[in-house]
Amino acid sequence: MKVIKFLLEKEFRQIFRNRSILMLIMVMPIIQLILLPLAANYEVKNINLSVVDHDHSPYSQKLISKITASGYFKLTGYDQSYKDAFHLIESDDADLILEIPNGFERNLIREDEQKLLVAVNAINGVKANLGGAYLANIIRNYNTDIRFELLPSEKFNQVPMIDITSSNWFNPFLNYRVYMVPGILAILVTMIGGFLTALNIVKEKEAGTIEQINVTPIKKHHFILGKLIPFWILGNIVFIIGLLVSWLIYGIVPVGSLTLLFGFIAIYLLAVLGLGLLISTFCDTQQQAMFIMFFFMMIFILMGGLFTSIDSMPDWAKTVTRFNPVSYLISVMRMVILKGSSLHDVLPHLGVVALFAIGLNSWAILNYKKAN
Amino acid sequence: MSETVIHAENLTKRFGDFVAANALTLEVYKGEIFGFLGANGAGKTTAMRMFCGLSIPTSGKATIAGYDVYRQTELIKKNIGYMSQKFSLYEDLTVLENIRFFGGIYGLSNAQLKSKSDELITQLGLQHEAKKLVSGLPLGWKQKLSFSVAVLHQPKIVFLDEPTGGVDPVTRRQFWDLIYDAADKGVTIFVTTHYMDEAEYCNRISIMVDGKIEALDSPGNLKKHFQVDSMHEVFYQLARGAKRGE
Repeated sequence: MKVIKFLLEKEFRQIFRNRSILMLIMVMPIIQLILLPLAANYEVKNINLSVVDHDHSPYSQKLISKITASGYFKLTGYDQSYKDAFHLIESDDADLILEIPNGFERNLIREDEQKLLVAVNAINGVKANLGGAYLANIIRNYNTDIRFELLPSEKFNQVPMIDITSSNWFNPFLNYRVYMVPGILAILVTMIGGFLTALNIVKEKEAGTIEQINVTPIKKHHFILGKLIPFWILGNIVFIIGLLVSWLIYGIVPVGSLTLLFGFIAIYLLAVLGLGLLISTFCDTQQQAMFIMFFFMMIFILMGGLFTSIDSMPDWAKTVTRFNPVSYLISVMRMVILKGSSLHDVLPHLGVVALFAIGLNSWAILNYKKAN
Repeated sequence: MSETVIHAENLTKRFGDFVAANALTLEVYKGEIFGFLGANGAGKTTAMRMFCGLSIPTSGKATIAGYDVYRQTELIKKNIGYMSQKFSLYEDLTVLENIRFFGGIYGLSNAQLKSKSDELITQLGLQHEAKKLVSGLPLGWKQKLSFSVAVLHQPKIVFLDEPTGGVDPVTRRQFWDLIYDAADKGVTIFVTTHYMDEAEYCNRISIMVDGKIEALDSPGNLKKHFQVDSMHEVFYQLARGAKRGE
């Protein structure tokens, strides 16, 4: 145990002596937590709409004003022909074209039926999907409005209708920040912990200092612990900073128990640091370690359920996410912070993450060779 | 002679088809200064790493301070000091912090660390640099510090891999004073060098060519055997036949 004391003393001296890294560790989470949630917003606004109105009737005018009044659409073109409007899509100035045919009002009243054409620029899939859906919704509403107007009320009553009222649980105002902040914090903790540990040991390999360590009778697990503990502490500090930032800036106060949150992070960090250590035992240069870590981070982030829901991934991708520690942390963060889940609820997650921690660290110790 | 501290028999290390060290057989006695000579790429560092437990031999037998190089590497490490060719103390720690760290790893107590540090700092004349970062020291001082750290835990044998490479003549002389000092205390010195004047300081030397030990004796006997006046000539006669080189 005395050996570990000397290892920690040395490691902390080096960390505190390297001011730029220390600043990065402290400032990076603050800036990213302020910046990213503001940008990472799923809500689609300012959809550029081009209208081709062949009818020029009061009814078509009413439809257009109903669409623009919704706040989601920006009328960027009012063209004479579909061809003209399509040029706007080609130049990316329009996301949607709504074509109102000649005789829109007449057909609607006389024949009780009329078709509209909506053309969608599907390059930006999210915008196209949501824009199309919004527009369809508005047109349906408009349709109901006209039926009110045109049909006598007693007749209208005969048409059964299902009216849906939804209530949003755990995030009543559908505030995306509340959803994103815990996820982003999860990624930050993972990145800082993983990269720091991976690069640290490889740096010792590059400098040759590890050779001087390997020629001492130091025990492998002592050496690994001496590397693990300092970065574990740093990871916890980053997490605390992150929680403070999300409280001060976004007013997010965990609904669930803080103890549970810290307990989970404690075990989770062991898993991530274990991965960093394991990578470092395979690499000889910081470049190699950096690229391998980056490879994992990309997968962890994009398949972690931060930006895209894991539930809507194909089955094979879901299987991959089961091996992604970040996905467990993101979901536990959201569960505990937003929903107030208890230990009982997150126990399966905790179990898997603990297995990761044990597995990765044991592998790292086995793979760390004092002699070759 | 006195007890044997390094005993090697047909010790071999292969990297694929390449035989870095080929059937090395040698004995080194307690308190001896043993010079381990050879051209670049002859396999000196490989051999030394096997003796230090940093590299596991492919075949052959060897014991270091009585411990087996295959099974008892950690016991070997307790009893040896090693100074690698490349400076490998922590540049971002001070002189004192380096001494404290490595002393601590070897299990020295706080009191021992304190007295050892003071003793070393005085011996090396580093009183003013004790609290400065090692990165700022000139190479000669760094090498002297490395040596002192390598003998900090009073090992039985200390392995020095080209300890005086790139160091000025005055500092080299001082470095050898440190070596003699340690040898006088009974520490066995196993040293590689390219300087033939340094070879003359050794009790016995071996010369490695292309992975094999081609000669092993005292400098005087070697000169007699090859009928030349200097170690330089001995080395030249043996090493010019070498096929390897960097």
